[in-house]
Amino acid sequence: MSAFLAIVKRDLTLALRRKNEVITAVFFFVVVAALFPLGIGPELNTLRLVAPGILWVGALLASMLSLGRMFAADHADGTLEQMALSPNSLSVLVAAKILAHWLLSGLPLVLLAPLLGLQFDLSTNALWILTLSLLLGTPLLSLIGAIGAALTLGVRGGDVLLSLLVLPLYVPALVFGAGAVEAEISGLGASAHLSILAAMGLVAAVFSPWASAASLRIALES
Amino acid sequence: MFQKLFFYASPQSFYPLAGRLWPLFALAGTALTAWGMWLGMFVAPTDFQQGEGYRIIFVHVPASWMSMVIYLAMAFWALLGLTFNTRLSGMMCRALAPTGAIFAFLSLWTGALWGKPMWGAWWVWDARLTSELILFFLYLGYIALTSAIDDARRADKAGGILALVGALNVPIIYFSVKWWNTLHQGASVSMTKGSSMAQTMLEAMLIMGMAFWLYAIAMALYRVRSIILVRERHVQWVADLPEVQAMRAHALEAQS
Amino acid sequence: MIWNSAADFWAMGGYGLYVWGSMGMTFGLMALEMLWVKQARAQALKQVALEIEAAQTPAKEWHS
Repeated sequence: MSAFLAIVKRDLTLALRRKNEVITAVFFFVVVAALFPLGIGPELNTLRLVAPGILWVGALLASMLSLGRMFAADHADGTLEQMALSPNSLSVLVAAKILAHWLLSGLPLVLLAPLLGLQFDLSTNALWILTLSLLLGTPLLSLIGAIGAALTLGVRGGDVLLSLLVLPLYVPALVFGAGAVEAEISGLGASAHLSILAAMGLVAAVFSPWASAASLRIALES
Repeated sequence: MFQKLFFYASPQSFYPLAGRLWPLFALAGTALTAWGMWLGMFVAPTDFQQGEGYRIIFVHVPASWMSMVIYLAMAFWALLGLTFNTRLSGMMCRALAPTGAIFAFLSLWTGALWGKPMWGAWWVWDARLTSELILFFLYLGYIALTSAIDDARRADKAGGILALVGALNVPIIYFSVKWWNTLHQGASVSMTKGSSMAQTMLEAMLIMGMAFWLYAIAMALYRVRSIILVRERHVQWVADLPEVQAMRAHALEAQS
Repeated sequence: MIWNSAADFWAMGGYGLYVWGSMGMTFGLMALEMLWVKQARAQALKQVALEIEAAQTPAKEWHS
């Protein structure tokens, strides 16, 4: 447990020294949320309709932008190899890195979402469900993204390749996340969507660190 | 019996086996294609609701089936390769991917050409077509990843993990897209339900499915031979192959 | 035989473009793939042959 927390603390400290990386994801989210109404038009009825999808896709892309950095820095300076050789389970250490990634790139989006939702004239209930869906969904995105980041470690054209690999896997999260907000708006209730989102998150929390660790070992042994 | 299987797990033994097998699969595939197309285009009656346009299913449905079967086969080889660390499993997985991607593309293309006259749009966000699109991206992702990594063994293993993760996710993706589709779309657009299929239609479709399967196996066996040649080029048995020696003589002539 | 004439067959009850567009792309791509794997094999053989030549040539020159 202490190794887990130590890694989380370390990653947070390192990232906060280079604040611009955190800001990039946040800024991207804000810009996307502002650009779409400019592209679609100011008609509030339309915006209210498209808000769940746009905000969720914006959060998804913002989260995806920062995936490449999850392992790259540690790989470059050899820390990753040390982690693989350490007596601690690599899966636990990877889980710690994923948590740190989410705290830096996912949680800010969750906190920002209600504000951006106001731009689309979402109701209070919808805003609440939006925040909740992102709270449940962004860890899922970090978990799935970690596998992609581990597979493309040090590969040419890594970032674009990473996006191609990870986007199909993101679809269920997007469908149920945005769907939750839409269900809330249409009065059907979001509980089913949110439950499924939570379930997917739990399954990913169990499998993804293990799969990512296996992928890292493959990347490290060559 | 397992002795025999393990014997063929070495690229050196598999190479000649694949060389003997692929023509058989190609021949059988051609024969079934001819039979299936004859049944589909000349025997199966006109559909009551869709007229002659329905005949696209004789290539659309088999292509969709194959795109899924091939992905499952890739996941199988990936699992085998990651578990037993066998070189050949990775090569088979790589050999299957392009054929699978082509079938996924054909499924989308023929699906669009079917959709336009039937439902008026080139693309409908039907659950199956959308899942097929995502499957196509999964194939492209696998091919892109394995091409981008220079080290062949690392590429095989990384691709293997990707194929497995993708295969595990395909049911989830399909389910989520189905959920998404039923909530959003009013009229359900179903391709084969509704109009009950005449016997000959079903028969032709199944025969074409088998035909495409045999074609896919033939392609994979042929392609894996090329992969084996390049991967094992430093081993003596490759240098001793008659086709390699013929090519060397040819290259010598070209130089002198 | 269900077609009254060759023209009927090609027309496919008005759906000719869609049906033949599908068949054409399908069998066309499959034919292309066959050419593609043949070419891949030729390239593989060439690459292997050249590498083996290159590996053995210094030895030859030494002995001549």
